[in-house]
Amino acid sequence: MVAFWVERRAVKGQADWLKSPLVYTLSLSIYCTAWTFYGAVGYASRSGLEFLTIYLGPTLVFVGWLWILRKLVRIGRLQGVTSIADLISSRFGKSNLLGVIVTLICVVAATPYIALQLQSVTLSFLVLAGASTQGWEQPDTASIAFWVAVGLAVFTVLFGTRNLDAKEQHPGIVTAIAVEAIVKLIALLAVGIFVVWGMAGGPMDIFERLQRADIAGWEIKPSRWVGLTFLAAAAVITLPRMFQVMVVENDNEGHLATASWAFPLYLMLMSLFVMPIAVMGLDMMPAHANPDLFVLTLPLSQGQNTLAMLAFLGGFSSATSMVIVASIALATMVSNHIIMPIWLRVRASTFQSTNLRSSILLARRCSIAAILALGYGYYELSGGSSALAAIGLISFMGVAQILPSLVGGIFWRGATKVGAALGLSIGIVIWAYTLFLPSFGPDEAFSAAIMLNGPFGLYWLRPQALFGISGLDPLMHSLFWSFFFNIMAFFIGSLLSFPNPVERLQGVAFVNVFEEDPRNPSRWVQGLAEPESLLIMAQRVLGDEVALSFFSAAALAQGKVGFLPETTPVFVEQLERSFAGAVGAATAHAMLNQLAGGKTVSVEDLMAVADEAAQNLVYSQRLENNQHELTRTTRALREANNKLIQLSVQKDAFLSQVSHELRTPMTSIRAFSEILMTADLPSETVLKYATIIDNEGGRLTRLLDDLLDLSVLQNGAVRLDVQMVKAQDLIERALIAASQTCPERVFLIKRHLAREQIFIKSDGDRLVQVFINLISNARKYCSAKLPELAISVGQKGGQLMIDFIDNGHGISAEKQGLIFEKFARLTDESKAGGAGLGLAICREVLSNLAGRIEYLPGKGGTAFRVTVPLRFPGPKD
Amino acid sequence: MKPKASALFLARSLYRKRRLSDAAKLLPIFGAVLLLLPLLWVHQGAPERSNTATNWVYLFIIWSFLILAAAGLAKPLNNFEDGDDQSSNENVSGRSPESGRSDAL
Repeated sequence: MVAFWVERRAVKGQADWLKSPLVYTLSLSIYCTAWTFYGAVGYASRSGLEFLTIYLGPTLVFVGWLWILRKLVRIGRLQGVTSIADLISSRFGKSNLLGVIVTLICVVAATPYIALQLQSVTLSFLVLAGASTQGWEQPDTASIAFWVAVGLAVFTVLFGTRNLDAKEQHPGIVTAIAVEAIVKLIALLAVGIFVVWGMAGGPMDIFERLQRADIAGWEIKPSRWVGLTFLAAAAVITLPRMFQVMVVENDNEGHLATASWAFPLYLMLMSLFVMPIAVMGLDMMPAHANPDLFVLTLPLSQGQNTLAMLAFLGGFSSATSMVIVASIALATMVSNHIIMPIWLRVRASTFQSTNLRSSILLARRCSIAAILALGYGYYELSGGSSALAAIGLISFMGVAQILPSLVGGIFWRGATKVGAALGLSIGIVIWAYTLFLPSFGPDEAFSAAIMLNGPFGLYWLRPQALFGISGLDPLMHSLFWSFFFNIMAFFIGSLLSFPNPVERLQGVAFVNVFEEDPRNPSRWVQGLAEPESLLIMAQRVLGDEVALSFFSAAALAQGKVGFLPETTPVFVEQLERSFAGAVGAATAHAMLNQLAGGKTVSVEDLMAVADEAAQNLVYSQRLENNQHELTRTTRALREANNKLIQLSVQKDAFLSQVSHELRTPMTSIRAFSEILMTADLPSETVLKYATIIDNEGGRLTRLLDDLLDLSVLQNGAVRLDVQMVKAQDLIERALIAASQTCPERVFLIKRHLAREQIFIKSDGDRLVQVFINLISNARKYCSAKLPELAISVGQKGGQLMIDFIDNGHGISAEKQGLIFEKFARLTDESKAGGAGLGLAICREVLSNLAGRIEYLPGKGGTAFRVTVPLRFPGPKD
Repeated sequence: MKPKASALFLARSLYRKRRLSDAAKLLPIFGAVLLLLPLLWVHQGAPERSNTATNWVYLFIIWSFLILAAAGLAKPLNNFEDGDDQSSNENVSGRSPESGRSDAL
């Protein structure tokens, strides 16, 4: 009733005070359901303090909000997540399979819990109506439960599916829950205060009663203490109704900071009086009384009917709000991940012509009805006699299977769809096998024989003692094995499989949500979708007014007038998010892809296009390369041809020169030997002519030697004897050898001995040959009256430089190029006595030694510089 | 607390804020350990008589402490978060443009 009234008000659109953190925190109270009212007290009276774990777990999760919750909320807001199934599906590449799996898990796990609420309402109603608390008649309770279920379905359909909100937020319902939270709290506190001060003698009295009432079965069992705390912590994150109010309905992350202490505070206050009530009940009520209902029966026993009424109201409203929120959350999931995809596939060709929005709403409404029907069915089936506490925990364990995939997904980029699917499936199967099915009671799902001996007699597969671990109680046993296999399968599956690109993109987006720019505009390509078609579709999905206002706002933001913005990537992205609110992320994605016959681009499409483009690019590049190669080859061939022609010309020239050079001395030799043969000559003349012949012969020999040397040098076939030699030694040797040339001339040799102490790794003998040549030339051609030769040694940049400078009158500029040519002589040849090959040979030698020789102009006289690397680099070519 | 013009740039406030979030992250772990302590007492005490009453008092005290600590950390952390995320919040177009502007403080 409270809910109705508030809902009416909130629906009128009072938005401002909704944004307070208080409302957010109070809405989280949906965690406390009728179980808190009834089941907790019963649990406390049976097992002592263990019930506190159900509230301590969430306390730890919220106090530690920075670890998980903050990231979850951030992702939820940025990705427009509409449910936990949507989150998982979206994270792992918008996989519909995962969406389906998670939806099914949630439905299966929530059904018992809904049944639990129905049971609480029924029992409490019966108590209040004065009937006895045991041995009720089935039809009576059945009809109560039935009508409650129907009423809830109607209410939820009316207020939960009025319109499709892009963010899937229901501010009216949230407000209603917040108000109901206050009612719950007041009710429970009121009963508690009454019990402690009204019935007992105050806190100290309660304390003493506690000590007295300590019975076996109240001691804390370590495995259960830890396990249940963990379970409750997992549940507060993964329960669909908790996810809905915590993440989906969240408007402001700052609210989370407030909730981090305010929600635990609420939980603490709610559980404060549970133990006192339990203790008083055990003390005061008859031994066979149902401890679950102490909250009602205690005030009633004291004649406090109004208080009991208040308590009933609290319990009733908490049960109903749980069912409402849970069914909305579940219906969203079912319609987005199961119904709509099937619908789309079936109507793929014609869906544009139907009104999508009303289809979605219809799907939602049917889902709500179905879920409540399931809950009612379970209630009927289970006979309504199992202790309430057990059902709640079984339900928690079911949804908790989502935790590994969830936490892994938001923290680990390596988590993949395959891993998540495997983990979820295995976890749920083990949960069903070890906990869910056995809970129907012996012989319902599993016969007692199977429970004892395992299926087909396989002892190690006993449902409650898998692999021989029989020391744990069933709940912990199930917790251990289901999580063990879940996590193992998740890890191994993720490590062994390779994610598709959308998965990886989503992985980065989720895991790095605090670092990255939340928008990924590169996913849509500009201008490939027409705004008008988008508008038509949006009108169908979101409704006319909503779509129009969305579009016009976007147009306005872009600086355009009217209703049609440009389809920028950002805009399409926003649109996809709005659609996701109505039909789920995967479906929205598919829809926008389908639009305009594939002209829009998704990541997959982009990649396909990119692939093709890449292939084309490679192909054309190859063609280009071939072309280039062709032109290069032709050019090279042409150059080679030219060179060959040149060489051939050079060779001819060389041959003619050589034959000329050879012929000249040969002519002399023949001439004089002929004279010697024919005439009778005096002996001095004979001697003179013989000497001439000898000299010419020598000249020929030298010429041939030089030619040979040159040829060897030019062919690079020379064998170099590379050693460490000292410049000074080389110069000394050269001077001594060259002093044979024109020995009559006295030269002044200028040297700088200190600088000649350099060691060089090269062919010393060849260098000496070069130096001898240069020094001999100087001795032959230096025209100065008092001839001087300066030899200076220097080094720079790894090169050794030796200059030979005389004080003659140098060589004129135009001749400087000629002197290194073969057979080039600047003066009369007979005077020189050489063949003109000296400098050519020097040049070849130095070329072989990776050095060079050049004429140094501007030194006054003839100057040559020999440059050779300090360290012979090795043979070339 | 303005540093003197000649002082080093120490970025004290940023450092402290980071340490705040460290504390907030440590709090649940610390809390979990404290809440698990009753397990140890059970084993040490006399097995026939479990000390529910004292455990109850102990647990609620720890609980209150956790709540107070979280409350103390929440306010400065919130300011830190908002100041930090201001720009990114405003950049987030998120969903439909008509969504409330409550997050831009």
